[in-house]
Amino acid sequence: MEVLDKTADVLIVGGGAAGCYAAITLAAEHPELRVLLVDKAGIKRSGCLAAGVNALNAYITPGHSPEDYADYAAKDAAGIVRDDLLLTMSRGLNEVTHRMEELGLVILKDERGQYVSRGWRNLKINGENIKLLLAAAVRKSQNVEVLEQVSVVDYLQADDGSVTGAWGVGVRQEKLYFLQAKAVICATGGAAGLYRPNHPGSSRHKMWYSPFNTGAGYAMGLRAGAEMTTFEMRFIALRCKDTIAPTGTLAQGVGAAQVNAAGERYQHRYGNTTSERLYAVVSENLAGRGPCYLETEGITEEQQASLERAYLNMAPAQTMKWRETGLGPASANVEVEGSEPYVVGGHTASGYWIDAARATTLPGLFAAGDVAGGCPQKYVTGAFVEGKIAAESAAAYAKGQRQPALPPAVRQRIMARVSALLKPPAASPLFTAAGLEEAMQQVMDEYAGGITTGYRYTERQLDLAAKHIGRLTRLSEDLRAADGYELVQLFELQERLLICRVLIEHLKARRETRWHSFAENLDYPGKDPALEKYVNSRLEAGKVKIIYRDLVKRGEWYEHQH
Amino acid sequence: MSISIEPEKCIGCGLCTEVCPGNLLQVKAGKAAIRDVRDCWGCTACVKECPRDAIFYYLSADLGGAGGRLYAHDTAVSLTWQLRLPDGSEQEIIVAKNKANAY
Repeated sequence: MEVLDKTADVLIVGGGAAGCYAAITLAAEHPELRVLLVDKAGIKRSGCLAAGVNALNAYITPGHSPEDYADYAAKDAAGIVRDDLLLTMSRGLNEVTHRMEELGLVILKDERGQYVSRGWRNLKINGENIKLLLAAAVRKSQNVEVLEQVSVVDYLQADDGSVTGAWGVGVRQEKLYFLQAKAVICATGGAAGLYRPNHPGSSRHKMWYSPFNTGAGYAMGLRAGAEMTTFEMRFIALRCKDTIAPTGTLAQGVGAAQVNAAGERYQHRYGNTTSERLYAVVSENLAGRGPCYLETEGITEEQQASLERAYLNMAPAQTMKWRETGLGPASANVEVEGSEPYVVGGHTASGYWIDAARATTLPGLFAAGDVAGGCPQKYVTGAFVEGKIAAESAAAYAKGQRQPALPPAVRQRIMARVSALLKPPAASPLFTAAGLEEAMQQVMDEYAGGITTGYRYTERQLDLAAKHIGRLTRLSEDLRAADGYELVQLFELQERLLICRVLIEHLKARRETRWHSFAENLDYPGKDPALEKYVNSRLEAGKVKIIYRDLVKRGEWYEHQH
Repeated sequence: MSISIEPEKCIGCGLCTEVCPGNLLQVKAGKAAIRDVRDCWGCTACVKECPRDAIFYYLSADLGGAGGRLYAHDTAVSLTWQLRLPDGSEQEIIVAKNKANAY
């Protein structure tokens, strides 16, 4: 197998929203640093923004403050947020928005040249090409080298635990990459594919979140000893039925209310946080009043034509469905359903436990975007801000470091491990990575609160989930790969199994129901004031250690105790 | 949810393989091919990228699909989406790139 070495001052793992913004920040502010950006696919369309995005959901409009935004996010998450992270994120939202406009993003303006907002924190854009604009800006950056179609597997660490790079494998060819750097930014995104999806057969990847975001950054961090937070605040998206297209465009755009099969508006019975809007649909269905819809019937033809274009710019399936059936939103209400659960840090708050500089608990490792925890509702612009903060922090850290040197023994160990995985098995294998992934998704669905159980679970079910995930993890260790692509799939399965294992422990540790549907524990149906805490975790000697931490509230700033 | 490649139109240029966020597309024997249609997210990056309009997008039967084919033609100023329905009819939606969504 071919082995390639690369060195840089700053290594960015993941070229999505946060990673690309980190790269262009380093290009603008630190042209003297050598930056290496590595992505599993091609950065032109990789990550969450592949199809585009319908709006910028985080922006501070005139008359509002970053504090307002932090308050809104805190309320939506029933208090389990980091105020220091939300404030530092919110303060940067407008600056990154202006930068994106400079890069070519079309943002709707009125005749006075002011942005037109949708509500008090959303801007209307044409986001179809947002990833192309970011990727083009990265490519223009002279101090940034882009390495594509390379899947990073694990960090490289010095004896003191500090992170000194990462290693990965080629997706297209069997190549092994050692990427050494003075500082590393993790921007790999969150985790999809843990639970059985809405359409487990021929459309198994038709999901809200990118199915190619496998939670690699979480798994790498856990294996390296980093602390994680709030995995148990799962995100479940309320989407248009079957197409899994966004509902916010209908709800906020044309003011469509949720109605049940009898045409009753029911939202007021459930509250109006993100999780409560989903819980309302689940509850109405369970009570026999489904299906549920967004009430679009009666909108004008002009509104319908605008919606068709808006959906083509982010989720073409929805426009296609309207045209194929001949029933557009003006003539038929749009049915809605919940997705399967995900672990993300951009909508909910799951991810690395970081300080306000976006430093993780491992020296030399910084995190931004969906992989970073404690800062929900950051969305695309918040991911940009975190990319910027992480870039500045990583640059400052890198300046005090020497170029690391990988010990030959570590290199040999990794090479031997990868070679062994590519060796044909002695006997014909009983299981495949795809088969074990399917089994994992079924376990999570049935025993850890998936679609099948209306997102609800009991402690006894979680114990069963843990047992089965343990079994599947052991089986995964016997898998072998025939080529680079299969090798990546094998590593992705193992990442997901580890995240499932940690997620189950988080769900067990939150002995309450703080958020309906997102973490609905039937043994503890109410909120417990004693659990106004973060549930954090770390792998210690192969075991998941749960750590409860006190909330960081307004005026308080968390600092790592290294 | 998936895409389909029309081999008679494909010139094997490989542009689609560079933009698939899941690395699902390969050029095999001079033609683009998808590893497994079940693994497609439906982002339509390849549909927009193809210079020969040789890739279309369709709704699988389990998503309520009815056999329509959606093509996209990308220019500097607009994205033209063309829907071909099984009855032979065609519909076109042009989305201007300099225009923001109304919603």
